[in-house]
Amino acid sequence: MATKKTTKSAKSDSRRDFLALTAASFGAVGAGSVAWPFINSMNPAKDTLALSTTEVNLTPIQVGQSITVMWRGKPVFIRRRTEKEIAEARDVDTSKLIDPQSDEERVQNPEWLVLVGVCTHLGCVPSGQKVGESRGEYDGWFCPCHGSHYDTSGRIRKGPAPKNLAVPSYEFLNDNTTLKIG
Amino acid sequence: MGSGNREKFDNPVVEWVDSRLPVFTLLKAEYGVFPTPKNFNYFWNFGAIAMVMLITMILTGIFLAMSYNPSTAGAFESVERIMRDVNGGWLLRYMHANGASFFFIAVYIHIFRGMYYGSYKQPREILWILGVVIFLLMMATAFMGYVLPWGQMSYWGATVITNLFSAVPVVGDAIVTLLWGGFSVDNPTLNRFFALHYLMPFVIFAVVFLHVWALHVTGSNNPTGVEPKTKKDTLPFHPYYTIKDSFGVLLFLALYSAFVFFAPDSLGHPDNYIPADPLVTPAHIVPEWYFLPFYAMLRAITFPVGIPFTDIVFIEAKLGGVLVMFGSIALLFALPFLDKHPIRSARYRPLFRPAIILFLLNFIFLGYVGSQSADATLFGLPLSIFGLAATAVYYGFFIVLIPLLNKYEEGRELPPSIHESVLEAQQKSKAPEAA
Repeated sequence: MATKKTTKSAKSDSRRDFLALTAASFGAVGAGSVAWPFINSMNPAKDTLALSTTEVNLTPIQVGQSITVMWRGKPVFIRRRTEKEIAEARDVDTSKLIDPQSDEERVQNPEWLVLVGVCTHLGCVPSGQKVGESRGEYDGWFCPCHGSHYDTSGRIRKGPAPKNLAVPSYEFLNDNTTLKIG
Repeated sequence: MGSGNREKFDNPVVEWVDSRLPVFTLLKAEYGVFPTPKNFNYFWNFGAIAMVMLITMILTGIFLAMSYNPSTAGAFESVERIMRDVNGGWLLRYMHANGASFFFIAVYIHIFRGMYYGSYKQPREILWILGVVIFLLMMATAFMGYVLPWGQMSYWGATVITNLFSAVPVVGDAIVTLLWGGFSVDNPTLNRFFALHYLMPFVIFAVVFLHVWALHVTGSNNPTGVEPKTKKDTLPFHPYYTIKDSFGVLLFLALYSAFVFFAPDSLGHPDNYIPADPLVTPAHIVPEWYFLPFYAMLRAITFPVGIPFTDIVFIEAKLGGVLVMFGSIALLFALPFLDKHPIRSARYRPLFRPAIILFLLNFIFLGYVGSQSADATLFGLPLSIFGLAATAVYYGFFIVLIPLLNKYEEGRELPPSIHESVLEAQQKSKAPEAA
């Protein structure tokens, strides 16, 4: 009699455990699916995403000149490189770089270098766009915040930044007179 | 909170309320007759001082919010309007800006007092952990508050700190985009920081309530670290400590007022009076002074961690810095479980006492390192080497020295009770007069 009772209660216990676990797991799934819209509301809104292309007229830019344009709230560097700068960028043993990449992989047209002007370390804007600003030891850009040096291809050469300056997706329009970023 | 054996109050109104909701009984038990060690020194004022600063921050903050405009187009101008046109706005803003600094001063002293006198030890572990939670919440709140004026330091501080999260492997960039609500620090970021900056102080208030609750369960530690044993060791909180706390609070507020009225911008950065410009990074980005030691630890790691002489990297330099910075706070959480030495107070620990003072000096030195630019030098050596060394000392204190002291440090003889230690101190101070 006693044993029979124990087995019966053990059986109903496991059934209760099952019900409690199932209820708790469904509760957790429910809470998660309600939480997601709240978290997702913090992601970029549709109008923010809609501002994701910028067009630039390239005709006034002289060889050796750089301009800065805004794209997605960030500066984009456009440099019309000189022959010397292109040669410097190509005359590098890529295997020795911090983030190995050849100059050919980073440009569509060697004359035009297009970069997101945000240091890959902690997001400062490197100097080197304006005449007279420090261009660092590799003639490209220098980030004043924590001392990262970038070369004439925007590759990281020295300092704490882990990656090369990002290349945004872009294309040339109207016989190479207009640049569309994004 | 049972009101079964409640004492009656003479005042009929108080009695009417208390018999229905015994708030007066609670106040009397916790802040009236509450037995408190009688040997507190002035270090024990800083809990009450921190509480006063929290209330000051919440009050000034609510009134500032009434005139503040949380948008990139309007934030900077609305702060200038508060300074020039809003009646008494300059006072509210200077009280709020300097109040943050003085809140941190009070809390840093409060934390150091806890470390020096071993207040984190058994049975006060949860009390200590809640305190570290408050400290973390304060740091998050202060960081977001500093973004609101939308000056250059606001903008670039927010950019650098939110970029820290991009160091997280795999999901880092998604987290940063989520924090920003866009592709850079911008209007959505400012808006949400304002919402959270308004919310967080109330969360802090709730955790302070738990902190005080836990304190009233275990009772206060004291300079001897010996638990009260008899009634001779304690005094009722009121009037003895209400008056001592009031005295300390007034002295502290006098110093605070000196800054608010005579040097209101001395703790801030002039760059933050330049409106935010996403295209121009200030040459020297520094956080507010209370973050400097942690900023120094963030910058101390400039090398990746991996297998030597190979290209295999486990932790990139950027992630390493972030881990070291957050780890320094994680160590504070772990402190009650790392320090197993039976003696609480540094007074009776001949080795821990100089060690904790060196720890303090090292922490201040880290603050100095954090305040300098990345390529600064000291004695002809790059400052980053000193930053790395001081970071190693900070970590070494917790994970090498404290375990060693657990094993080998012999304490001095403890006084038999708080009462006797007080008597002994009195006799010592009288002795020279008699001689």
